[in-house]
Amino acid sequence: MTDAPLLDVQNLRVAYATRAGEVPVIPGLSLRLDAGEAFGLVGESGCGKSTVALSIVRYLGRAGRITGGRLLFEGRDLATLDAASLRAIRGRRIAMVYQDPMASLNPVMTVGRQLMEGPMIHAGASVSTARARALAMLQEVKLADPEAVMERYPHQLSGGQQQRIVIAMALIAGPALLIMDEPTTGLDVTVEAAVLDLVRELRSRHRSAILFISHNLGSVVRVCDRVGVMYRGELVEEGSVRQIFTNPRHPYTRGLLDCLPTLGRDKRQAPLVPIAGQVEPARVRPPGCGFAARCAHVETGRCTTGPIPAAEVQSEPGHRVACVRADELVRWTRRSGAAAVPAAGGAREPMIAIHHLTKVYESGRRLRFGASRASVRAVVDVDLAAARGQTLAIVGESGCGKSTLAKVLSGFEVATAGGVTVDGVEVGALPVDARSPALKRKLQMVFQNPDSTLNPSHTVGYAIGRALRRLQDRAPGDLAAGVARLLEVVKLPPGTAARRPRHLSGGEKQRAAIARALAGDPDVIVADEPVSSLDVSVQAVIINLLNEIQAARGATLVFISHDLAVVRYLADTVAVMYLGTVAEVGSVERVFAAPYHPYTEALLSAVPVPNPDHAVARILLEGSVPRAAEVPRGCPFATRCPRRLGAVCDDTPPPVQQLAADHRIACHIPGEELRRLQTALVEPSVARR
Amino acid sequence: MSTPATAEALPASPPAASRLRPHAWWRRLAALSESTPASVGVVIVLAWVALALLAPLIAPYPPNANDMAALAHTTPSRAHWLGTDQLGRDLFSRILWGARPVLIIAPLAVLGAAALGSLLGLVGGYYGRWIDLVITRACDIVLSFPVIILYMIILAHVGSSAWNIVGVLTLTKAPIIARIVRGMTLDLREREYVAAAKMRGESALYIMLVEILPNARGPLVVDMCLRTGYNVIIIGSLGFLGIGLPPPDPDWGGMVKDTYGMMMVWPHMALFPCAAISSLVVGFNLLAVGLRELGLRD
Repeated sequence: MTDAPLLDVQNLRVAYATRAGEVPVIPGLSLRLDAGEAFGLVGESGCGKSTVALSIVRYLGRAGRITGGRLLFEGRDLATLDAASLRAIRGRRIAMVYQDPMASLNPVMTVGRQLMEGPMIHAGASVSTARARALAMLQEVKLADPEAVMERYPHQLSGGQQQRIVIAMALIAGPALLIMDEPTTGLDVTVEAAVLDLVRELRSRHRSAILFISHNLGSVVRVCDRVGVMYRGELVEEGSVRQIFTNPRHPYTRGLLDCLPTLGRDKRQAPLVPIAGQVEPARVRPPGCGFAARCAHVETGRCTTGPIPAAEVQSEPGHRVACVRADELVRWTRRSGAAAVPAAGGAREPMIAIHHLTKVYESGRRLRFGASRASVRAVVDVDLAAARGQTLAIVGESGCGKSTLAKVLSGFEVATAGGVTVDGVEVGALPVDARSPALKRKLQMVFQNPDSTLNPSHTVGYAIGRALRRLQDRAPGDLAAGVARLLEVVKLPPGTAARRPRHLSGGEKQRAAIARALAGDPDVIVADEPVSSLDVSVQAVIINLLNEIQAARGATLVFISHDLAVVRYLADTVAVMYLGTVAEVGSVERVFAAPYHPYTEALLSAVPVPNPDHAVARILLEGSVPRAAEVPRGCPFATRCPRRLGAVCDDTPPPVQQLAADHRIACHIPGEELRRLQTALVEPSVARR
Repeated sequence: MSTPATAEALPASPPAASRLRPHAWWRRLAALSESTPASVGVVIVLAWVALALLAPLIAPYPPNANDMAALAHTTPSRAHWLGTDQLGRDLFSRILWGARPVLIIAPLAVLGAAALGSLLGLVGGYYGRWIDLVITRACDIVLSFPVIILYMIILAHVGSSAWNIVGVLTLTKAPIIARIVRGMTLDLREREYVAAAKMRGESALYIMLVEILPNARGPLVVDMCLRTGYNVIIIGSLGFLGIGLPPPDPDWGGMVKDTYGMMMVWPHMALFPCAAISSLVVGFNLLAVGLRELGLRD
């Protein structure tokens, strides 16, 4: 197409009013989006991705203000448009999909009515036409039984279904531009894969342009044609997906790719390389390159004096990069290590062992007189072990029982049956209050949410010092040195001790929390999704830190995560859980290589991989996870399994097959058969030279 | 993303100077001045505190001295700025002296209610189960009585004195504070830092007082401020009903009671004490509004 682009953002400048005065967060950003094109905007939190999206629909709120530049959409400048004309464009020509579908849907209206609102308000359609449109749209987003879905309220749908409804609502008016702001961030990996595939498919059918905002490089590869990388409000690099992901030019783009764990690498082969430092506040913007302070290739003078213009990369049309040294840097290569080295060590005494652990939650209310109480089997007959100095990773989607398992280990729940031994001591039935000080010292926990893991009322020094006092019986006067030492271990400056959590970034808070857990010099560290809410570069820092600490102290790490790439990187032993049972367990090399349990296979095929050359057969799971009360008698995965054999799967619990000394799966299909059916899903770990 | 993007755009880290926190209280007061309602509230409340403290110095007459000569002209004059009451006592002096018991009883009762209520709320919210049930129901019972009647019953039995009023106000306000603190405890006890405290073997009392209560202080302080204002009203009402502070010492409510019969002739006698009560109440309310604004902003 040679005509004008659909969206032409020219030198957009946005500032936010703060107590310290007006802070420019977008200092001048230009991007073009042609009709029908999908453009991905990536970058870490705080880099201004959402601000760009909100500026386009002029929805910045009271604090934000467009201070300059033009936002040409279909030839009209959105930056100066009056409210009435904006209203005519919003929803009709530009639609938006946000991260949290529950917040986008009205909880007191059926989804059908909400879908019908669009055509009735924007196109003046009659009720029957609107209804027909809504039904057709629900079919397009592949919701089973659209008639029934129309009558449901949002809370009666799963997260994936809700997001499909939101996408249907956005597309029902046939917008020319669809802005999606982190549309799959809160979803499970298999659901995310299905939604991303849906977006791809709808895109080719509706010819809507998409501005796809995500922190997940993998999902951008799946959906987009072109990608822009943002850092501190600036577009530092843009180009086609292939250009950006095979020949990234900007050091920041390279840094993002280098710190991302992928399915093909683990800690022994290719360590993650985090980006040094952290994002500086927008208020202190240096005159030169915004990334200069963290860049390994910075050259004082050229990089730090004047604004850095974006220039086209030689012989790559459309690939623009804002780096003065872009042409001097050596070509980037995807990091991947040598051939896999099997984990050292054979059978050792387990430091922590879980045997036949079952946890059943009794529902509080009695259903009927005489009827037994409804019970939920959160964890069923789980057998796992980890030796000293090993990492046991437990991976699975939400509701698979991995967090319940962590709670039993740490004593916040007690086992219904079976048990847990820590260094030979049975603890499964011991609530945390009943555990001896020695046991408390032995097992500590790192939590998921950096915002809630530290008490906002206490300084970091107090939190760590208190842990030292309780777990090591240190005298109150003797704490400062211990606190300083622990801060050093987690690589925080000693001044952090005097600061409160609200002055720390997410990664710093998580590091302080790790220091607190280390105060008792534990033998077992249980980490429940410790990196899931962190940006990729920060995530790399924390993962490396956990790894280092573990190696230095010989502690056993029980690492609970939904992220297969992180697990692949960090773990020695992996357990894949589904609905409270262990589907597959084994050494990391074996679990991540065929033969897989069919559920592991589906999970692996769903992981978005930030490599345009990595094409795998997608295995999409049908339906949703059954509620814990409706689990089939046989294999829990039978209702969704793409390789289901027949009635035997529904009725008979699957046998546990020992495929190797350190690899077992619970499946009716013989291991040899699985090996024959399955192809490798993980990119080869041998470097391509 | 539904939150305003400012939070995302500015990874908050204030300039190094404010991290040093030289005078935390002074900084907080300075922060209050950024909010208009709060500054007005602070000025009103501090003005009343200053007037009460300096009453012996600035009151032109002893509060209970009768000026028989003035009885002929009780209305405001050069000798009596706000006029005198029906017994010839200087209204200005009596209002100044009358501020003292109010400014002692009202905050003291709030502190008592906050201490008792926080304890009940923390224990009920933290332990749950039957302990919570007992505490919640007990609070509901106290709250179900019409307050003024409850005060009259209790004060009729124990007699009226400043200390008894503090006690009664403490008992009747504690359930309200307990409800607030209980609600916040239910939320805060699920935080991961509480789990971390349990994992290092802290006692329940430590967790309640050191891990949970400090994080409930924002709404608690706002509510205490509001409640101080309400207490001023109640102390006035008790005085008006004749069960406040025993005469002859000045008491704003009592002053209204003694003079409202002459409202048609000498309205100033009742109006000035009324104005004193309402200005102090407004002051506390504005302060509460300002504190809430500050709390929302942080």
